[in-house]
Amino acid sequence: MRIKIHVWRQSNRTDRGEMKSYDLEGLSPDMSFLEMMDQLNEKLTGNGEEPVAFDHDCREGVCGSCSMVINGEAHGPKSETTTCQLYMRHFEDGAEVFVEPWRARSFPVVRDLVVDRSAFDRIIQAGGFVSNHSGPKPEPNSIPIEPGIAETALDAASCIGCGACVAACPNGSAMLFTAAKSAHLGMLPQGQTERFDRAKDMVDKMESEGFGSCRNYAECEAQCPKGISIAFIGRLNADYLKATMIEPIDRRGKMHAQ
Amino acid sequence: MLTLDSKVPSGPIQDAWTNHKNNLRLVGPKNRPQYKVIVIGSGLAGASAAASMGAMGYNVDCFCFQDSARRAHSIAAQGGINASKNYRNDGDSTWRLFYDTQKGGDYRAREKNVYRLAELSTAIIDQAVSQGVPFAREYGGKLANRSFGGVLVERTFYCRGETGQQLLLGAYSALQEQVAAKNVRMHTRSEMLDLVVVDGRTRGVIVRNLETGKITRHAADAVVLASGGYGNVYYLSTNAKGCNVTANWRAYKRGAGFANPSFVQIHPTSIPASGDYQSKLTLMSESLRNDGRIWVPRDPDEKRKPKDIPEAERFYYLEERYPRFGNLVPRDVAARNAKEVCDKGLGVGPTGYGVYLDFAKAMEEKGAEAVKAKYANLFEMYERITDDDPVETPMRIYPAVHYTMGGLWVDYNLSTNVDGLYSVGESNFADHGANRLGASSLMQCLADGYFVLPVTIGDYLSRHDAGEITTDHDAFEKVETEVRDRINTLLKIKGDRSAQSIHRELGKLMWEHCGIARTKESLMEGLEKIPALRKEFWNNLRLPGGHQEMNQSLEHAGRVADFLEFGELMCRDALLRDESCGCHLREEYQTEEGEAKRNDKDFAHVSVFEFKGVDDEPELTKEPLSFEALPLADRNYKS
Repeated sequence: MRIKIHVWRQSNRTDRGEMKSYDLEGLSPDMSFLEMMDQLNEKLTGNGEEPVAFDHDCREGVCGSCSMVINGEAHGPKSETTTCQLYMRHFEDGAEVFVEPWRARSFPVVRDLVVDRSAFDRIIQAGGFVSNHSGPKPEPNSIPIEPGIAETALDAASCIGCGACVAACPNGSAMLFTAAKSAHLGMLPQGQTERFDRAKDMVDKMESEGFGSCRNYAECEAQCPKGISIAFIGRLNADYLKATMIEPIDRRGKMHAQ
Repeated sequence: MLTLDSKVPSGPIQDAWTNHKNNLRLVGPKNRPQYKVIVIGSGLAGASAAASMGAMGYNVDCFCFQDSARRAHSIAAQGGINASKNYRNDGDSTWRLFYDTQKGGDYRAREKNVYRLAELSTAIIDQAVSQGVPFAREYGGKLANRSFGGVLVERTFYCRGETGQQLLLGAYSALQEQVAAKNVRMHTRSEMLDLVVVDGRTRGVIVRNLETGKITRHAADAVVLASGGYGNVYYLSTNAKGCNVTANWRAYKRGAGFANPSFVQIHPTSIPASGDYQSKLTLMSESLRNDGRIWVPRDPDEKRKPKDIPEAERFYYLEERYPRFGNLVPRDVAARNAKEVCDKGLGVGPTGYGVYLDFAKAMEEKGAEAVKAKYANLFEMYERITDDDPVETPMRIYPAVHYTMGGLWVDYNLSTNVDGLYSVGESNFADHGANRLGASSLMQCLADGYFVLPVTIGDYLSRHDAGEITTDHDAFEKVETEVRDRINTLLKIKGDRSAQSIHRELGKLMWEHCGIARTKESLMEGLEKIPALRKEFWNNLRLPGGHQEMNQSLEHAGRVADFLEFGELMCRDALLRDESCGCHLREEYQTEEGEAKRNDKDFAHVSVFEFKGVDDEPELTKEPLSFEALPLADRNYKS
């Protein structure tokens, strides 16, 4: 099969960038979308042009590296599918395909289709963990967890941190990402101690990183390759509300003063 | 000749680790922040090591080439993690896990290392649960288990088919906690390009920033390599595209011994390649073998759809040949049998290199919904890639390069033979011998990172003052210049072939000459072809772009250059190991039934290679293995 592909080309963070078009022929429908990109890059290399930079690694839908908006949708037309798991059979022969990077103020474009998602790491640093050291821990079966709760926590924990939710959101909000981590830990007994601080700290960080607010467009859920539910955003909002109504106590400050 | 002191403690195996820990020197909490430790890689081993050392108060710098620490390839492990909790009351114990691992590795690992791994396995589950890893639970809320290949107990803990992801996110979260606490500085999109060694001691690394191309020097009191395995030397493997041997290879060229490089695990259940454009292979978890039955048609000319082939005309070769373990034989046995039936012309699918993995019987017994629920994301993944529904028609699978047991030689403290250089996780050679059992890689990475290295590294650090050498030392200047020269040389070749095309050719060479089954002739041929291809690379590489910018072709070319040297070492090791063991099948040495036939008299050792020059033969040093706790026995999965 053959396609006409329009790709965003931008040489660095300050470059203005533009769409460029290329024709590709002799593609197989069993080829993955990224294998098609490999073909394009081999062709460009052969012609003495610079290949298209794009993030990718595991190519099995779990590392969260790929970050392409394909024909206007994050990760392309197939629902609950990352770009690397998209196959050329999902496109018509002769199709025109538009490929752009994630577009969001908090995800600056680094080069071509590569963006800087380090803001996500900083949201996790604000509280997306259970404070812990390595060493002896209680016997897990001494704290039974209802399987339904463990499964729902796992639904939230399945977030791969790709950033499609931000790219999909008209506001560029990172609420689905933040909610998924907050809900994962907030539902489990191990995450209770820091539950409300976590919700508040992560949301505050999200806002200070320049992500927009949630207005229930639900595009994030629709384009999430892992199908993470916006119901988790409801949970986060409830926890956030409670966190802001609790009298703030600066426990850590007190500890330092001793 | 390398001096290899394994530092394995004497005395009974059950007490070895405890006694050893009691005899280690420690660094006090007040002194720890003065010591700087560099960790290369942020997968399970790297992230857990960096987080644990950060929490102890060491001053840690962690580097990864991905854009976030959370993306390392540990994330793709599907099936589970072993621990001898004995929750099923089915006779499991530390000893049993030790026995299974040592037997599974075909007695080519250090037994006290293996015992320690089994001993620490239960604490890993406790640690992960305390971080909020949502393992599968039973109705009463207790942890659930399943079974994996090569064992007769149910000891594998899992989170659906995404256990690696959840464990890695646990370690990543712990790492981010330490980043927030300013104990760890995380450097993403950063690739280690060389190691700085002064007077036999590791002093730091040279790193390239993959976004800006800037090359920087980093001094440290110790360096930990957690840079994963080298399966991508075959081009096609289940590894992530970025996985490479570069950090390990740089260390090797600076004096670290490379152990058992030819030990490569070929995983039996991967989705077969569909064409020449194939960029990687996708694994289907071994856990599928719990309910899937493997078969091929008995008639090589079979044309019917799998569903229409009657039972009597199906060859369930694993069940017939290994009645006791059936479809759950260890990975190497399953992989070899698949290749053998396909070589006989019984294979299925367009290329003839595939076998069926059939869930019909399990669905008949347990119901289609129950089976689907158990393997939900795996079935989806399969359907997405192949456009076939495993509920309707059997999966087609074929072996693929998956995991590398070989790696940098380390002693019981996980230290290489170069002082101050450590290696953890898949990047070292330590615990899996000649074959790794399923669900044991996560276990080893986390045992190394959470529990072993944070203790043993103190023994080294406590013997030296902190910060003795800084980045203005001549050695840093010299190594940095070498790194720059190498990059400039690559860019100046201006030939006709992309790194991708040469990598693909190397992969085919390796699969043909150093793959599932090896012979003296094929290996010797490989040893001639690889240097020729390396020459082609250095004379005819086409590398677009420059080095002061993001240049993914340059990153790839640097890694391919190292694979082109490394492949030769693998063939050499496979040739010198004139026996079969575990994954390493030399066709000259097999039993009448086609099983690996060991030669314990001459080869019960670890082969450790020392770099002598790119075009010179490396020197082999042998670390003899002793088998006191568990005497050598035949590895038999038939009765």
